[in-house]
Amino acid sequence: MIRSEILREIAPILRDQLVVCNIGLPSQELHMIDDQPTNFYMLGTMGLSSSIGLGLALAQDKTVISIDGDGSVLTNLGTLPTIANNVADNYILLIIDNGSYGSTGDQPTYAGKKTSLTAVAKACGCDNVIEVQDKDLGPVLQGAIDGKKQTVIVCKCDSGNIKLPVITMDPVVIRDRFMKAVAS
Amino acid sequence: MSIDKRIVDDLVANDVSFVTTVPCKQLAGVIEEVEARPEIFHIPSNKEDEGMGLCAGAWMGGKRPAIIMQNTAIGVTINTLATLTQYYRMPLPMIISYRGELREPVACQVEMAVHTKALLNQLNIPTYHFHKESDADELDAILKYTFMCNKPVAILTDASFWGGYGDQ
Repeated sequence: MIRSEILREIAPILRDQLVVCNIGLPSQELHMIDDQPTNFYMLGTMGLSSSIGLGLALAQDKTVISIDGDGSVLTNLGTLPTIANNVADNYILLIIDNGSYGSTGDQPTYAGKKTSLTAVAKACGCDNVIEVQDKDLGPVLQGAIDGKKQTVIVCKCDSGNIKLPVITMDPVVIRDRFMKAVAS
Repeated sequence: MSIDKRIVDDLVANDVSFVTTVPCKQLAGVIEEVEARPEIFHIPSNKEDEGMGLCAGAWMGGKRPAIIMQNTAIGVTINTLATLTQYYRMPLPMIISYRGELREPVACQVEMAVHTKALLNQLNIPTYHFHKESDADELDAILKYTFMCNKPVAILTDASFWGGYGDQ
């Protein structure tokens, strides 16, 4: 499965949760598949989805899912020790690991070569790290939500993209409706 | 009262309850004070752009954030300041150790010091420079201003403000 197929499959699970979605194609895909006020779309700032989600989870009680990519986690690798050492049990980091920089033309990442982000997350001290194959993600994600334990999910999948438009919504509108959803 | 306590008192008085820090010798006392206060959740960052992401999330979750860092971090965080903090219009007080100013013993620190104000100016970031201890009297007003306008705001604190580098 490619990322857009995975997002389509887990959209019903994501719908009721606060979601911080990674820059580029992941946000464009989620926006097209199931736009919700509970989705915070990143329009820039590669690498910070996990950090924004962790800050949000630490600041309030609702479950927060950061959707990240292997390339973006590699660009902000310092996030994993911070997550490990600041446990928020309402926080799930979902790394869609397709071994490539999808938004920029599928150049390979080191996560698609010798580096295992699952092993890195464990070595950083993250307590619940689950590596899962794309087709099995749904129950694992639902289990992490229901389990109310901070969880890092590394979802291995194929690289590949679909054609779709950029998000034209104003960033302040995205942020404002998201904050209203957080507070509601 | 120590200047470290005064600074953190102003943060607490302005409901700042989520503070991320990247260490600096000059700011060590402030960081220690942040860690000690029950009103503040202190979360050290590995890099300043990561810290700004944490602050963005915390603010959207209803907490007022602040970041404590060195001025070298302006070089690290320009993209984050422009495409996250400013683009989504979020408040962020940045209490910055202004290394490389008068009384600096480490020559390399001067190399980023000469760019610091120019970069902040280029980014249209309101910037305040604490040179004498009495300059900190404005911190309360600066924090109120930051959360009024929802912008990142820089507070540069130089070596003279902190009383120099002791025996160096």
